Amino acid sequence: MERAGHVYSRLSNPTCAVLEERIAALEGGIGAIATASGQAALHLAIVTLMSAGSHIVASRSLYGGSHNLLDYTLPRFGIETTFVDPRDLDAWVRAITPKTRLLFGETLGNPGLEVLDVPRVADLAHAHGLPLLVDSTFTTPWLMQPFEHGADLVVHSATKFLSGHGTVIGGLLVDSGKFDWNADGVREKFPTLTEPYAGFHDMVFAEESSTAAFLLRARREGVRDFGACMAPMTAFHILQGIETLPVRMARHVENARAIAGFLREHPFVSDVGYPELPTHPDNALASRLLPRGAGAVFSFNLRGTREQGRRFIEALRLFSHLANVGDAKSLVIHPASTTHFRMSDDDLRRAGITEGTIRLSIGLEDRADLVDDLSRALAAASK
Amino acid sequence: MRFDVGGNAVYAYTGTRPFDAKRSTVLFVHGAANDHGVFALQSRYFAWHGVNAVALDLPGHGRSAGEAPASVEALADWLHDVVDALGVREVSLVGHSLGALAALECAARHPGQIARLALLGPSAPMPVSADLLAAAAANDHVAYELINGWSFAPASQLSGGNRLPGVWMLGNAMRLMERTPDGVLATDLAACNAYANGVEAAKHVSCPTLVVLGARDVMAPMRNAKALIDALADVRTVTLPDTGHSMMAERPDEVLDALRSFLGS
Repeated sequence: MERAGHVYSRLSNPTCAVLEERIAALEGGIGAIATASGQAALHLAIVTLMSAGSHIVASRSLYGGSHNLLDYTLPRFGIETTFVDPRDLDAWVRAITPKTRLLFGETLGNPGLEVLDVPRVADLAHAHGLPLLVDSTFTTPWLMQPFEHGADLVVHSATKFLSGHGTVIGGLLVDSGKFDWNADGVREKFPTLTEPYAGFHDMVFAEESSTAAFLLRARREGVRDFGACMAPMTAFHILQGIETLPVRMARHVENARAIAGFLREHPFVSDVGYPELPTHPDNALASRLLPRGAGAVFSFNLRGTREQGRRFIEALRLFSHLANVGDAKSLVIHPASTTHFRMSDDDLRRAGITEGTIRLSIGLEDRADLVDDLSRALAAASK
Repeated sequence: MRFDVGGNAVYAYTGTRPFDAKRSTVLFVHGAANDHGVFALQSRYFAWHGVNAVALDLPGHGRSAGEAPASVEALADWLHDVVDALGVREVSLVGHSLGALAALECAARHPGQIARLALLGPSAPMPVSADLLAAAAANDHVAYELINGWSFAPASQLSGGNRLPGVWMLGNAMRLMERTPDGVLATDLAACNAYANGVEAAKHVSCPTLVVLGARDVMAPMRNAKALIDALADVRTVTLPDTGHSMMAERPDEVLDALRSFLGS
């Protein structure tokens, strides 16, 4: 209270602080909080902004873990979520209620790679006095800086491309500092930021700082009390990863383009969901928002049965069968039986997932080797 | 807290403590295109140590209504009106940059009201480059970028050095300036540029004065404060190494220690 500084490593730590400032600089924000995982970052954002009785409008194309949190777990604590087609802007507006406190989506949906129209969703959020939170895990600041497009808060699973090697678990919650929590018609919605907090010397965070109110509350309550902080050694590993982020992302994207092009022409593949392909519904939007590339994670569908899908994955040698993404190594997964296992058939269908959907995370290997591996596995599966 | 000056609502941050006219009072006066938040770390300390810490939003800035005063002299008179509005006999003034000039001029004009005067990053004169004035007049974002680039010492520009954990100093400073309504930065900078009475005002300051300088201040270089310091009758000077113009963020503890030593909390 009397002086700034590090008091206890759950609250803040010098190594974590370097990472927090660095991701803020890369995103063009004002600051960040490093968390134990991407899930912890999402949870921290939500519980900082709202309490029981609040409501979220979220894209229905989300990472399965995020969907679990919003659809199954938070309702137990009185926070409800309405899921909408991220491409249907009217649906976002229709879903907003007087209890809504947040709009949430992924810059690239999981696993269908729906490109979130961040500028337009941000505009409609702001028109209703609400902030937009985006999960930018698939894009990283090298492919998109969501704050430039109007987003107010960003979460990352730093486990993925930011660390880059699948060696640590971590999350980041970044604040743009742009949202005016104290604006007329807004302040009543966010009493955690605009009214005295008895748990921290009656501080009114929006008075303490015009720009950093959200971060102050998130650290002084959310990290303090929920405790999902990042270990300093993890921060060190993620900082190491970020040092090579531009080099790795360029290679990830180049490889992903090559693989998507190969699969698109293969007779055993029915469709490839990569936004840089003209067949993807968000191709034009991707060109505008993601000029450096549409990432390195995408899905495709086999022309075959579920059994053939299993044979395809088992025949791969270079690709690792893992639920992770954003690793230096190429990864493959069957979402319907793994990452999105708990979703109902209807939810799967609405998220664009079928039993034949295969998700790839393209790594940094020689792309000819990757094509050879895929080619051989496709041949094995198609027999 | 909120109160009225000249028909306009004034907001001041008091470190969550209630204002008590029976206690001593310190007014914190921010610089161009800033608000009370730049003094959050320092003002909060005093607020919790028996002092009315009143970190003002200047007119037209932050949450205070009205037009941004067009001159340092007008700001000085507004500070005088603030003291009257608060219903206290005297205050100490802590001003930064433009706020330091206003505090200096106020102390010269109203010597009976000012117990102690602390000037952070002052300069007399305080010339502003023609290019920066033009960019600010055009509400060009480059004006904020120039100020931000010049306001932090090189060491502070590296990510990871902020004493406030997890906040990137440059990003936070930029966002604060961006919140300022169009035209306010131009008005503030023009007021700095036009103010020619700094040294003369210093000769009329009768209260003890503290001057805090950043050794790496490019916005208000140390050499531009020398004549001012020489003209003050009762002055002590603190120079902060490896520090730029945004000293309250760059060196919060050192600035606080200098103020504590001077103001006596």
